[in-house]
Amino acid sequence: MSKRILIADDEQNIVISIEFLLRREGFEVLVAGDGEEALAKVRGERPDLVLLDVMMPKMNGFDVCQALRADPDLAGTRILMLTAKGRDTEVSKGLGLGADGYMTKPFSTKELLAEVRKLLGM
Amino acid sequence: MKPVRRLVLAALAAGLFVLALIVATAGLMLAGEPGASGSGRSPEERVVVLLVLLLVALAFSGWVIYRLYELYASAPLRMAEEVMATLAHIGLRVGEHGAAELHVLGQAVNQLLALREASEKDVAERVREARASLEEERSRLAALMADLSQSVVVCNLDGRVLLYNQRAKQELSAGPDGGNAELLGLGRSIYTVFDRGLIGHALERLQQAGGERPEADSRARVGATQFVTATPAGRLLRAHMSPVLGGGGPHHAQVGGLSITGFVLVLEDVTSTNERHARRDALIQSLIEGGRGPLGSIRAAAEMLSDFSDMPSQQRDRFLRVVRDEAGALSAQFEKASSAFSNDLRERWLLEEMLGAELLGVAARRIGERRSSERRALAVKTERVDEELWLRVDSFGLLQALRYLALRLQDEYEVREVRLSLTRNGVLAQLDLSWLGTFMNNEAAMSWLQDPMATAGESSPLSVTDVIERCNGDIWFQRERVSHRAFFRTMLPAAEAPKDLPRAIIAAAEGERPEFYDFDLFGWSAASHELDDRPLAELSYTVFDTETTGLQPSQGDEIIQIGATRIVNRRLLRHECFDQLVDPQCRLSPQSIEVHGITRELLVGQPVIDVVLPKFHAFCADTVLVGHNAAFDMRFLQLKEQQTGVRFEQPVLDTLLLSAILHPNQTTHRLEAIAERLGVSVFGRHTALGDAIVTGEVFLKMLPLLSEMGIRTLREAREASQRTFHARLKY
Repeated sequence: MSKRILIADDEQNIVISIEFLLRREGFEVLVAGDGEEALAKVRGERPDLVLLDVMMPKMNGFDVCQALRADPDLAGTRILMLTAKGRDTEVSKGLGLGADGYMTKPFSTKELLAEVRKLLGM
Repeated sequence: MKPVRRLVLAALAAGLFVLALIVATAGLMLAGEPGASGSGRSPEERVVVLLVLLLVALAFSGWVIYRLYELYASAPLRMAEEVMATLAHIGLRVGEHGAAELHVLGQAVNQLLALREASEKDVAERVREARASLEEERSRLAALMADLSQSVVVCNLDGRVLLYNQRAKQELSAGPDGGNAELLGLGRSIYTVFDRGLIGHALERLQQAGGERPEADSRARVGATQFVTATPAGRLLRAHMSPVLGGGGPHHAQVGGLSITGFVLVLEDVTSTNERHARRDALIQSLIEGGRGPLGSIRAAAEMLSDFSDMPSQQRDRFLRVVRDEAGALSAQFEKASSAFSNDLRERWLLEEMLGAELLGVAARRIGERRSSERRALAVKTERVDEELWLRVDSFGLLQALRYLALRLQDEYEVREVRLSLTRNGVLAQLDLSWLGTFMNNEAAMSWLQDPMATAGESSPLSVTDVIERCNGDIWFQRERVSHRAFFRTMLPAAEAPKDLPRAIIAAAEGERPEFYDFDLFGWSAASHELDDRPLAELSYTVFDTETTGLQPSQGDEIIQIGATRIVNRRLLRHECFDQLVDPQCRLSPQSIEVHGITRELLVGQPVIDVVLPKFHAFCADTVLVGHNAAFDMRFLQLKEQQTGVRFEQPVLDTLLLSAILHPNQTTHRLEAIAERLGVSVFGRHTALGDAIVTGEVFLKMLPLLSEMGIRTLREAREASQRTFHARLKY
């Protein structure tokens, strides 16, 4: 059974590439355009990994991350945060809130893929 | 005559006298014996002669004793009195009395007196000299302070202002609305401007700075500290605080092993610098963070395009569109940032406003200086100069560039004379360095402008072009074939003439110190603040007066002008005044206009009482209010308490009541009459400030008179005031 990945990002232009890449690699891909939708989809669809953008409408990535980690049912869901802000303080905040990994835009798609595989234990 | 001889002589005279008596008596006795000469005298006759002789002897000895008393008892007493008199009065001398010995004593005393006078005169002269030099130093200090471009405030440990300069007054006195709130003044608390905690914290840091290096030189142990704070007007100030070191007087604190008596604040307005830094930070931030998103999208799309070249063309088009859109967005962002940054760059260098003609004058002098390596100096002529033109330039760099170019012309092309001109060209200033004849090609000129400036003895890593660009200008080489002239032409942005040129210090009247400082305040202490028992002479006063629309505050008459000045350490501070017209928001009666001369037109656009009273209240902070017929003015102020929320709870003294205490038998206690009685000249009456100043001077004259009556403290003055008849008047 293929692993299921949720891409939560409001920036369509990056979602296109990541979605294309992950599908080509054989993952099942879901997309959410804002924080609330992301939270709902995680609960409904139970993806194995969430690629979580920090800057999103309605609910930002940190809040989503915190909400997911507060739910013991979702303890197995891995979270990889993606952000356009590269400050050290933010990286440590994301990891402190329970994210499993952190990548700063612009990133190499190869590294992204490697990180995804690592988090999914593949 | 020698004393020993006198003694011998006196003994001899006394012996002779006694001998004469004995001889005479014996003679008489012998003459009494019958038979010796045949003609004897009767015993009765002999007794009579004996008695006469005795009387003569008695009278003689009485006269001798009187003379002796005069010479040796009365004369010394008289001398003693005269010596006593010299104790109290200078210039007296002791007269010559009695015996010659006493004359000698008198002369000695007189010499002593002369010596004493000479030494007193010497001391007085030295005191006068010292005072004069102190006064001179103070004036010099005041002049220096007035000229400083930074604000300087000196305070004692209570935060009382001892000294400030004009600049500080301008910067710190501006209220939140830009109006002048007069927050800074001698003897005022600095805490009306700065937060008490902030100053306290800075003092603590001074202490820590001292404590960290205990073994260092003791002078270096008390350092300085800095903080940044905002004024009531919203300006950002960087304050540099350093301690005033002083002896072990009663008002000092121990900091780092040294006693300090106060502190100096040097303030710099960093609002624009800070804004600039903040702007630049925001710019960089937005560039970095704003760039990441689009760049991420482009990179991912590009990698998809190259990694999966087998994708369908429809998919490929989508990725290409992503790249195109995001690259466009990124370009726009860069464009915006670069224009913002170039604006900012203009302010990066320390450009100063300078009168163009002045710059040209200096340039001509510097270019014309003869170098030791040259036999003769380069001749410089100044041609057209626009005297009105102001520039905003890095003057040091610009002068260096001009000198460099001129000297290179002299060295490499043997140019003997260069000319300078400065003219206005629209919004730009055109500065030409020109010369005649000698040919020079464009390439050489270009390289001169691009090379690092290096002439004999001087070198700089910058090129002429660098310097000119710093000044936001441009420079190029040009030739006019017709006139055989060549020149380097520099275009620079013209600047506006600066508005607030440093003002000259207001000259103090003779014998009066400029009122920007008062070091006597160093001795003040917060501990002695029970005002009632403080001597009147020690207190600070706000002397004030109001002009009103009429005499019935309770029937709707309103204040239309408040004027006030301050008295600190028995000096009237004319420079620290409050003078404000007030829009009464009601009609002015013609009768009142006759009194104060303030017409409706003058009040248009003036602030209303709700705005003015809080400012006036701040002006009065920590002082005793003084007014003439103050009850009247206070009534107006009190009626506004509810409306403005400002309560005037300060102690109040009334010169009308004080006059009634001093001169109970006078029929009038009008301000003019009192002023005349006390010898105060009256001017500018019936403006609130004019009356306040007269009231203040009158009050100062009253202080010593009250003191003679035993009224020395505030409590005594208030109690005496209450007892006088006029106190019962109510408005």
